[in-house]
Amino acid sequence: MSTVTVNDGNIVNRAGRGKKIAVYGALILFSLMYVFPFFIQIATSFKTDADATTNPLNLIPQPVTMAALKRLADTDYPLWFQNSVTVTILVTIGRVFFCSLAGYALARLKFRGRDGVFTALLAVMAVPGIVLLIPKFLVLNYIGLYDTYPALFVPLLVDAAGVFIMKQFFETISPSMEEAARIDGAGTFRTFWSIVLPMARPALITLTILSFQGSWNELGHFVIAVSDPNLYTLTRGVGQLTSGGLGSGNQFPISMASALIMTIPTALIFIIFQRYFTQGANAGADKG
Amino acid sequence: MSQVDSGRAGSGRRAPARVAKRGTGQNQTGAGWLFVSPMLIILGIFLAIPIVMALWVSFTDWNGRGNPFGSRVNFVGAENYTSLLTEQGLSRQDFMLSMRNTFYYVLGVVPVQTALALLLAVIVNQKFLKGRTFFRTAFYFPSVVSSVAISLVFVYLFTGTGAINTILSKVGVIGPNWLDDPRGVIHIIGEKVGLWSIDAPPSALASTEVMNLSLWEWFKGPSVALSTIMIQVIWTTAGTFMLMFLAALQDLPAEVEEAAMVDGANRRQRFMNVTVPHLRPTIFLVLTLGIIGTWQVFDQMYVMTQGGPAKTTLTPAYLSYAAAFRQQQWGEGAAIAFILFALIFLLTSIQRYLLRDKDEVAKKKATKAQAKAAKAKGALA
Repeated sequence: MSTVTVNDGNIVNRAGRGKKIAVYGALILFSLMYVFPFFIQIATSFKTDADATTNPLNLIPQPVTMAALKRLADTDYPLWFQNSVTVTILVTIGRVFFCSLAGYALARLKFRGRDGVFTALLAVMAVPGIVLLIPKFLVLNYIGLYDTYPALFVPLLVDAAGVFIMKQFFETISPSMEEAARIDGAGTFRTFWSIVLPMARPALITLTILSFQGSWNELGHFVIAVSDPNLYTLTRGVGQLTSGGLGSGNQFPISMASALIMTIPTALIFIIFQRYFTQGANAGADKG
Repeated sequence: MSQVDSGRAGSGRRAPARVAKRGTGQNQTGAGWLFVSPMLIILGIFLAIPIVMALWVSFTDWNGRGNPFGSRVNFVGAENYTSLLTEQGLSRQDFMLSMRNTFYYVLGVVPVQTALALLLAVIVNQKFLKGRTFFRTAFYFPSVVSSVAISLVFVYLFTGTGAINTILSKVGVIGPNWLDDPRGVIHIIGEKVGLWSIDAPPSALASTEVMNLSLWEWFKGPSVALSTIMIQVIWTTAGTFMLMFLAALQDLPAEVEEAAMVDGANRRQRFMNVTVPHLRPTIFLVLTLGIIGTWQVFDQMYVMTQGGPAKTTLTPAYLSYAAAFRQQQWGEGAAIAFILFALIFLLTSIQRYLLRDKDEVAKKKATKAQAKAAKAKGALA
């Protein structure tokens, strides 16, 4: 801008300023829309029921109270939290391991039937998840897994989209290291485990995050897999809280607190691995 | 796995390179199948086989008790499908209600979330902006949070005396009881402009029935309750699609824009003639993903409304679940799931077809434009 003539510079500057004001104005508006609900949620978690009902917009609780959190601790909430953590860890480990194994085989290993397996994978990915609720229940019921702990995580251990992401990734890395390892006499699994996987770190982190997010936020599968309240995860338990007794009264602080606590792990992971979240979203886009 | 490993390692170490290579080729078949076997087992048992089981159930009258494949379950042919599609009755009425609701839902959510996502991406992509990462994070964050948690927050925000109505009352508007209000948006607008009264609908519309629903019901629009859920979903998912648009925007080569600038194109012309064509594939992708996603809406209904008020938030996905798990009509629930499956498949196929067509057209246009540009350059030189 400094090199243009004074006259032109003025025009550019004026247009630029107008644009900047418009952009910042829109930004502030949208930021409020996106951040304010979370602020209200946090504030309400520390309010009394009466305060939450009469002052829904106040961001400062009067008085500040831990009552909602304490009452939440007396419900099954801690158990649900524990179940969610266990299931999420198992699913994430399973998905990262199995999806990279299969993705590697589909990308690199030459075996009869590979194309057929890949075609089947693509077909599976085209099945919308929501129509699988009844089918999954039927099979869990049939093999006697319904309403057991394994029902919560075993069906989620492999994710077709995850295999696809890993396959795509393995195809982008050069095979020279593997060939060297092979010539040195390393077996297929050894090559995969100690040569290929370390190179796949970014894809593995992306897959870890997608798996965490997928299983922590999953609702449908947990609804159809179990009915025993002791096997509820957070989404199932909390979803029941509102449709059950809590929704009828004005007990908003406890409902906000239950939502808040289940959001904290997501927020932490999101902040730490933000960069990879972005990649994950776009990796998901590729499959479409 | 260790067997394959040690066996190969042993032979590889001793044998000369050529033999090792042949050995690898042989072993890769075993290793390949071994590597994909966990995937085949899990996806086979919990995805492929169950679909076949559910297909069978959709042709039976299984009531949830006993073995669905036992002799006490009756094969009823296509009855579950015909009762949803061609026979008068409550089943078809509910199914048509769910189709109507979801139709309006998709029609409202998909264009708005796409436009909002594009707008957010364009804003966040401004080079002069400070703290772009912060804003990107803020807009994307709701997409990664559990839909259950978001639903709870929105139930509170949109409750009768909640934050939204408090804000509205400050500007003199009395807000509705959002999630408890079954009135259709088109009905309300019609009443506001004096076309009709909701309590006494025009008899021509009210008395003509198509597929178990009166025209008055068909043209109801999304209910206020469903609109609330639509607002929530748009707010939540726009961030994901914003990221896709951002990636595409950042792919746009700076030279192209500079060239347009040199040619004297103003900002709007540049956006419409350079940026939008470049984004076309992304726009189609976002629309496709949006349509696939919106037809599957379930979580919000499960947590917030259970299909109410007055069945105006009933969707095929929720209806399928409720028919099977609540009413124990498993055949009907499975049939709804398969109809939904077919519908989503059809819609995405149509869209793929259109996308492919548009891409080819765009490519042709691009080559033509390039040829023109080359000619123009030649003329200038």
